[in-house]
Amino acid sequence: MSTTNETQPQDSALVRIEGVEKTFRRASEDVHVLARLDLVVPPGEFLALMGPSGSGKSTLLNLIGGLDRPTQGSVTVAGERIDTLSDRRLADWRARHIGFVFQLYNLMPVLTAERNVELPLLLTHLGKAERQKHVATALAMVGLSHRAKHYPRTLSGGEQQRVGIARGIVTDPTLLLCDEPTGDLDRKAGDEILNLLQALNREHGKTIIMVTHDPHASARASRTVYLNKGRLSNEPVS
Amino acid sequence: MKYAHLVWGNLKRKKLRTLLTLLSILVAFVLFGLLCSIRQALVGGVELAGADRLVVRHKVSIIQLLPESYQARMERIPGVDLVVHQTWFGGVYQDPKNFFMQNPVQPEPFLAMHPEIVLPPAQRDAWLKTRTGAIVGRTTAERFQWKVGDRIPIRSPIWGQRTWEFDLVGIYEGRDKGTDTTPMFFRYDYFDEMREEGRGRGLVGWYTIRVKDPSRAAEIARLVDQEFENSPAETKTEPEGAFAQAWARQIGNITLIVAGILGAVFFTILLVTGSTMSQAVRERIGELGVLKAIGFTPAQVLGLVLAESCTLAGLGGGLGLALAWLLTVNGDPTGGLLPLFNFRTADLLLGVGLCVVLGVVTGLLPALQAMRLRVADALRRL
Ligand SMILES: Nc1ncnc2c1ncn2[C@@H]1O[C@H](COP(=O)(O)OP(=O)(O)O)[C@@H](O)[C@H]1O
Ligand SMILES: [Mg+2]
Repeated sequence: MSTTNETQPQDSALVRIEGVEKTFRRASEDVHVLARLDLVVPPGEFLALMGPSGSGKSTLLNLIGGLDRPTQGSVTVAGERIDTLSDRRLADWRARHIGFVFQLYNLMPVLTAERNVELPLLLTHLGKAERQKHVATALAMVGLSHRAKHYPRTLSGGEQQRVGIARGIVTDPTLLLCDEPTGDLDRKAGDEILNLLQALNREHGKTIIMVTHDPHASARASRTVYLNKGRLSNEPVS
Repeated sequence: MKYAHLVWGNLKRKKLRTLLTLLSILVAFVLFGLLCSIRQALVGGVELAGADRLVVRHKVSIIQLLPESYQARMERIPGVDLVVHQTWFGGVYQDPKNFFMQNPVQPEPFLAMHPEIVLPPAQRDAWLKTRTGAIVGRTTAERFQWKVGDRIPIRSPIWGQRTWEFDLVGIYEGRDKGTDTTPMFFRYDYFDEMREEGRGRGLVGWYTIRVKDPSRAAEIARLVDQEFENSPAETKTEPEGAFAQAWARQIGNITLIVAGILGAVFFTILLVTGSTMSQAVRERIGELGVLKAIGFTPAQVLGLVLAESCTLAGLGGGLGLALAWLLTVNGDPTGGLLPLFNFRTADLLLGVGLCVVLGVVTGLLPALQAMRLRVADALRRL
């Protein structure tokens, strides 16, 4: 964003979704998941996305994270239309802009905590020493420096998720996307994760979009939107 | 290679499976090395044979003898430079296991015909002077610790009951690495006189002809066979290489058998490694999805899976080839039956090539599958 003569529209949104539809082709019928959906996320927001199971929360998150493309409409992130990028360009784009945190942590079981956190950095041009520095910082931020050499199976669920978050933020992405990050954790571990996300948002200015169906979790967010029957609203449907 | 730990970690995930796959690849490549060496031992002479030499044998079969008188008739054919003959003696030294070839020859023309046999001039002179004299190659001399001056007793059931006694007058070296230095040669005049009545006196095994102009070899071969047409012993004349191959054919089409066995072995190994790799990919679809979500490009995912299969093939194949090399480096394991037994560099390189092919072929399908994986679908499978 250093060039001043770029013809980018003065967009206050970090994520802008316009008229997005998503239809899955199943063997027999078409499943319409998202219908003409609009969403704007300003930078620095901690947005919670709620809705009943199967309402399309993950689908929407995948569209924002460039893991999938909409059937209709446009997805613009940090001023760039991503729904029209090729698979390859999209992969590069994800590496630069998106950090993912998954419900089931999804760590590589064959790698230690620090090697897991290092994975996204392998895609950058950083040398080994620099990668190690970034990894150490990220692990320190999630309070797991002492677990760096541990394998995921030797860590608790909460610790694994903190490694997952460290992996999500190690490249300092534009956007952190979390799909039910506390869905598999007990209340105490879940709270720790939420504290961490909140701190990342408040102290480090990270923009976070978090899918959850736990009201306790969404209460930590700066805003909550509800997805139901393919549409978004600011109020939960009764 | 900053992804090495990822590839290695994945291989270590199912240790037993990786180990068994490695072992089967290793065994296949050891077998490859041994069979290549055996094949080399059996048909290697073909490649070493001189281009200007023709071999004349009985038309019916190689074991039927030809009259000694053919020598003079062949020498008269235009284009023929030199004619010598050899006969299969088939002798046994002490024990039938101590196999090596001993053939009676005419020393002077024989040495002229075979410049690859290098004999010191003094020993050559001694051979010409000693009727019972014999020369032997370095390999056999060392094997039995023979020295010049030794008396060598040999029995041959083909030519009678007696024990033949030869005076060792020379030990020759091979001019090239591939020259067979196991045979013993002794004098035909002594042989012909001493072989028993009724055991083919005046008959010889086969002739070798040197032609003046190698480009006319085929034409001269035809002239030779025409010369003896309609005689009781018709001939078949071939380039020396083809002759050596005829020998090999006596014990089956070696190359075909070897290729057949190796083909079956590699087909099996292909299935084993291929199934290991496709399992490896199938059981971690979700992880591959995560890598893609993180930003690994399709090409990088393809590369990771291929690197894994190539590591498997390279490790198993490399160790197998190394082991085969160790097993063959001391040469003939049979003690004389397979003098040219060796694992050639060309075969070694072929083995390395096979390793690469194995790695790529077994990894390609799973790798493509991994590459084409749609991230959103892969993540749902977790
Ligand atoms: N790849 C897909 N193929 C077919 N149907 C899908 C696919 N992904 C999601 N769906 C369907 O879309 C709907 C929404 O799924 P999802 O976004 O995972 O819901 P949520 O995360 O809100 O529980 C579900 O009915 C699901 O079956
Ligand atoms: Mg979901």
